[in-house]
Amino acid sequence: MKSWMTTSLCVSAVLAVWQGLIAIGLLSHTLVPSPLEVGQYLVGAVRDGTLWDAFSVTLRRLAVGYLAGAMIGVPLGFLNARFTLCHDSLGLLALGLQALPSICWSPLALLWFGQTEWAMFFIVVMGTVWSVALATEGAVRNLPPIYLRAARTMGSKKLHLWIHVIAPAALPFILGGMKQGWAFAWRSLMAAEIYITILSGFGLGHLLHYGRELHAMDQVFGVMLIIVTVGLAADKILFGPAERSLHRQWGTDR
Amino acid sequence: MKDQMPQAVLAPPWKLQVEGVAKRFVTRTRALAALAPVSFQVREGEILCLVGPSGCGKSTTLNIIAGLERPDSGVVRTDGHLVGEPGPDRMVLFQEPALFPWLTVLGNVLFGLKLKPCLSRVERLAAARFYLKLVGLEGFERASVHELSGGMKQRVALARALAPEPELLLMDEPFTALDALTREQLYGDLQAIFAHHRKTVVFVTHNVREAVCLGDRVLLFSPRPGSIREEFLVSLPRPREINNVQLTELAARITRALKLHMGPDAKEVPA
Repeated sequence: MKSWMTTSLCVSAVLAVWQGLIAIGLLSHTLVPSPLEVGQYLVGAVRDGTLWDAFSVTLRRLAVGYLAGAMIGVPLGFLNARFTLCHDSLGLLALGLQALPSICWSPLALLWFGQTEWAMFFIVVMGTVWSVALATEGAVRNLPPIYLRAARTMGSKKLHLWIHVIAPAALPFILGGMKQGWAFAWRSLMAAEIYITILSGFGLGHLLHYGRELHAMDQVFGVMLIIVTVGLAADKILFGPAERSLHRQWGTDR
Repeated sequence: MKDQMPQAVLAPPWKLQVEGVAKRFVTRTRALAALAPVSFQVREGEILCLVGPSGCGKSTTLNIIAGLERPDSGVVRTDGHLVGEPGPDRMVLFQEPALFPWLTVLGNVLFGLKLKPCLSRVERLAAARFYLKLVGLEGFERASVHELSGGMKQRVALARALAPEPELLLMDEPFTALDALTREQLYGDLQAIFAHHRKTVVFVTHNVREAVCLGDRVLLFSPRPGSIREEFLVSLPRPREINNVQLTELAARITRALKLHMGPDAKEVPA
């Protein structure tokens, strides 16, 4: 309750200062809309459905691309940790490609898939998969060896060891990697949506892009606010509870 | 305490035979002989303590018996069969409890039991509950590992090691990380458990009194490369009290022998 109050107080203060600066004319109105105008834009965009359409298009792309990326990345990480051959080949590839900003995939995606959903999917997957794979591999490699020794003396080996010891022991760190992968997926998608126009659906990135083209600053600010909110919500709704429950079980919470 | 007939005549059914086991560790700069060829035997139901300074290879010996490390030469037999991979017939109690934090207390004890294919679900649960009660942790089944004290964790680890009813219990300084009070309580509890559920045990420690308190026999290891220098039979009546006068006297005798074997530069022998 207390932290909730701190948060709302802080947000109100920012809004008040923002509105105040505009009222006394310190901020150029051509470049900065007032919070009221941003609110009006958001209400209007919700009413005529543009915001919801863009929101659902973006979220669908994000969910599908991220899930696919994570589902490839986690097993890939396990393979790289288990087999030296995979580590020396795919692991090196992952390390290299992880350093490549995923927007750099967009020329390739456009040529390969055209202006289609597949291009978006490809960019988001490429943004996710490598970082998730690297985090998973790191998590497995840095496990305390005592868990493995204890499990082995109890007769656990091979697949049993991987499913019942290595995977659960690495889970908190894999979750960290998934969270990082999510951040990469979200950044990739926003960059791609701003950069590539796809006729099958306008996402939040497009809305932001057209806001600039039309010089609709209320739209630019409004959409940015939504993008920030999505990021916060993912943390609070998706990763927060999962992390908390793990911390409680492991006794690593404060 | 045991009869003193020559071994060849008695030919007892050795539970564990360690024959000429040696181990070298090769680092980037040099090869280190950790264990000179070591041979000893353990009878069914006997508690054998390996005592020596740190780095004398006693833990390495235990790891080799467990199958966690391979010897460079020599063999280990349990009931006459060669030992290879680690397996639930030889359970290990480590210095750390090594419990799995993603499982509850009950889940931890069940882990080893689930790897025994002959048991039904009900039998496994019954066994886990029985051994948790045996170590005095009845009612903690649902607790998370981190909610337990160090002593309680080591008790869970003991229950986990005992539950699959291993042929051999290997204990690698399991009480070193505990405070003195908890340790003394565990000496008593462990003896009470072994009094009713006799186990063949190899117990590694650098604490001579601990060895005398728990062991039927104490083997003295020399510093690196480790080898057996002397053997002591402990025939004191059980249960033994760690502060008992006779126990202390024997411990002092073994400590003197240990210092002798360690040479003049040895100063870190715990009394």
